[in-house]
Amino acid sequence: MAKHTFTGGIHPYDGKDLTKDKPIRDYLPKGELVYPVSQHIGAPAKPVVAKGDHVLRGQMIAESGGFVSAPIYSSVSGTVKSIEPRRVVTGDLIQSIIIENDNEYTEVEYPEARPLDEMSREEIIACVRDAGVVGMGGAGFPTHVKLSPGEPDRIDYVIVNGAECEPYLTSDYRRMLEEPEKIVGGLRCMLKLFDNAIGIIAIEDNKKDCISLIKSLVADDHKISVKEMKTKYPQGAERQMIYATTGRAINSDMLPADAGCIVDNVDTVVAIYHGVMERRPLMERIVTVTGDAIADPCNFRVHIGTNYHELIDEAGGFREDPVKIVSGGPMMGFGIFDLDLPTTKTASALLALTYDDVSAMEPSACINCGRCVEVCPGRVMPKILAECAEHYDEDRFVSLGGMECCECGCCSFTCPAKRPLTQSIKSMRKIILGKRKKK
Amino acid sequence: MDGLLKVSSNPHVRSRTTTSRIMSCVVIALLPAAGFGVYNFGLNALVLILVSVASAVLTELIFELLLRKKVTVGDMSAVVTGLLLGLNLPGTAPWWIALLGGVFAILVVKMLFGGLGQNFMNPALGARCFLLLSFTRIMTNFPDMGDSVSGATPLAALKAGKPVNILDMVIGKTSGTIGETSMIAIVIGACFLIIMGIIDLRVPGSYIVSFVLFLIIFSGHGWDPAYVSAHLAGGGLMLGAFFMATDYTTRPITKLGQYVFGIFLGIMTGIFRIFGPSAEGVSYAIILGNLLVPLIEKITYPKAFGRGGERI
Repeated sequence: MAKHTFTGGIHPYDGKDLTKDKPIRDYLPKGELVYPVSQHIGAPAKPVVAKGDHVLRGQMIAESGGFVSAPIYSSVSGTVKSIEPRRVVTGDLIQSIIIENDNEYTEVEYPEARPLDEMSREEIIACVRDAGVVGMGGAGFPTHVKLSPGEPDRIDYVIVNGAECEPYLTSDYRRMLEEPEKIVGGLRCMLKLFDNAIGIIAIEDNKKDCISLIKSLVADDHKISVKEMKTKYPQGAERQMIYATTGRAINSDMLPADAGCIVDNVDTVVAIYHGVMERRPLMERIVTVTGDAIADPCNFRVHIGTNYHELIDEAGGFREDPVKIVSGGPMMGFGIFDLDLPTTKTASALLALTYDDVSAMEPSACINCGRCVEVCPGRVMPKILAECAEHYDEDRFVSLGGMECCECGCCSFTCPAKRPLTQSIKSMRKIILGKRKKK
Repeated sequence: MDGLLKVSSNPHVRSRTTTSRIMSCVVIALLPAAGFGVYNFGLNALVLILVSVASAVLTELIFELLLRKKVTVGDMSAVVTGLLLGLNLPGTAPWWIALLGGVFAILVVKMLFGGLGQNFMNPALGARCFLLLSFTRIMTNFPDMGDSVSGATPLAALKAGKPVNILDMVIGKTSGTIGETSMIAIVIGACFLIIMGIIDLRVPGSYIVSFVLFLIIFSGHGWDPAYVSAHLAGGGLMLGAFFMATDYTTRPITKLGQYVFGIFLGIMTGIFRIFGPSAEGVSYAIILGNLLVPLIEKITYPKAFGRGGERI
């Protein structure tokens, strides 16, 4: 059978060998923890603690600020030191709750979990919402919103995205290898919401061990199947994932639910499992600390709020001075200028490189080679869209499908003239989306 | 950690493919054809190739120095242009033809329109057509290769209804321009480019297939394998299809447009060769095709992924 995939895409150096054999290590934070109130798409959470309050691990410190929002929980016990703006990976200053860790990790009592079979749809969604679960692959869209489509009976597929196509990242890989039962458990919770849906766990074929492991776990569950995807970036992008697993194509105006699909990343599904089956809120995530500048690249289970400095130190510090540090993977991550940043719900990796391709390669004239067109999974013309963007030609940009770009970065990666195609298109998209919002 | 960190918008990694690497590959791919040309036509062919390369590179360099622009000769594209021009000259031409052609190709066709990536017509072909129209006698003075037909290219012989030796044409021991005679040498170079991922078969494939179909329908010879292979191996078809029609800047960037472009070239080449006064038509067909590229791109703009998709 042909492998599940999509047209376009690239094969960058994947760097996964650095950390793929490193089991997840628990890391306990030493210094203060910082919780920005906006770690998700939607309304910022509202702090419910004040300076000087003593909080326990698992205690809500900021409540949901609306329907599209998510609460935030303290991942340690300690004292609220202050509530003040702090810098996050995007470079913005965001109101944050700062907690001084008392190193005791006294936990709150969680409500009694009920058997899945006895829970109603609303109860399950409420558990997910109360646990503060958001899309942990990077987007940070509140998961309970995703799980509440207009017509739940029309959902045919619940897809667990285990592609992990982003280079260097191995957090999902280790999760699938070490806690596969939680992934399957989380998927079962989701399937409980959608009577007509079947579950698909989609994994790229460079992770054969995960595929066979999870296959054996779901061998006698006829509602769940494991699909082997071709290893290619951006296999894990939502639209490409849906297309590869179901053959359904959605555009920028549609949600996955419009194609009868719900897609969630591996880490998110585990958070759903914790929220529903253990009633524990989202307090930890797996972070891959890697790159050729890191002495001992590792996968850590990190308390959300932990400072990046601590993670680097725990990974042995720098082997060599880094030139570039990225929060996230090299394709979609944010370049950061300072390590004094907190781990948020959406931070999947910390990548330190001794070589920066971008500044080392000057952009030159476009030679019209068409490689960007060849690799574009959105099947648009990055070269022409970037031209429109550089000329601020909004109308042409939109009419040529500029809004269909998923900003995966394939065109910039592949361009022999090293032109910043994705970047131009992205800024134009931002301007247009901003204008649309204002209307 | 001391120094400052580099910050940029994602993606943070780039492929190793660069413009100069692509151009160098094209130069390497042209070497078999150039080597055979020198073997076939003697030392003057080598002089012509070297002069046209030097002329193209120096024109670009001097132009950029005079206008205080960034010097871009390092991208190797002028070398490709010069080399292609050299391969498109008859082996008997004087050296100043190569010099003039190189200057015209780079200065008029490329730099005046904005340099690399901005020219609307293949510079080497533009220069060849300029030379062909201005110095017709020199540009059509093909040497006698000692076979039955004196001083004529195989295509001219074919057009005159004279017999041709197809094996000689495939190997290249015939008359013509320096680089076009050897089908084998050109195809070896083309395979290299395809393996390296520099070109694909969309343009050359549709070009050659549509040309063959045109021959079968309109040549009056019907399905005559000998006649068809003589047309394929003769003249500039192979060199044109693999090395000039595939020129990035002057072929459509849309995938569908590349097929349209190839088919258009096939038909035009057929018309020029069968119904035109001259035996050859590849250069004019490609140049004409180049002019239609913006139009072709416009009508073949693809539908974005998921557009027109239905909600379930």
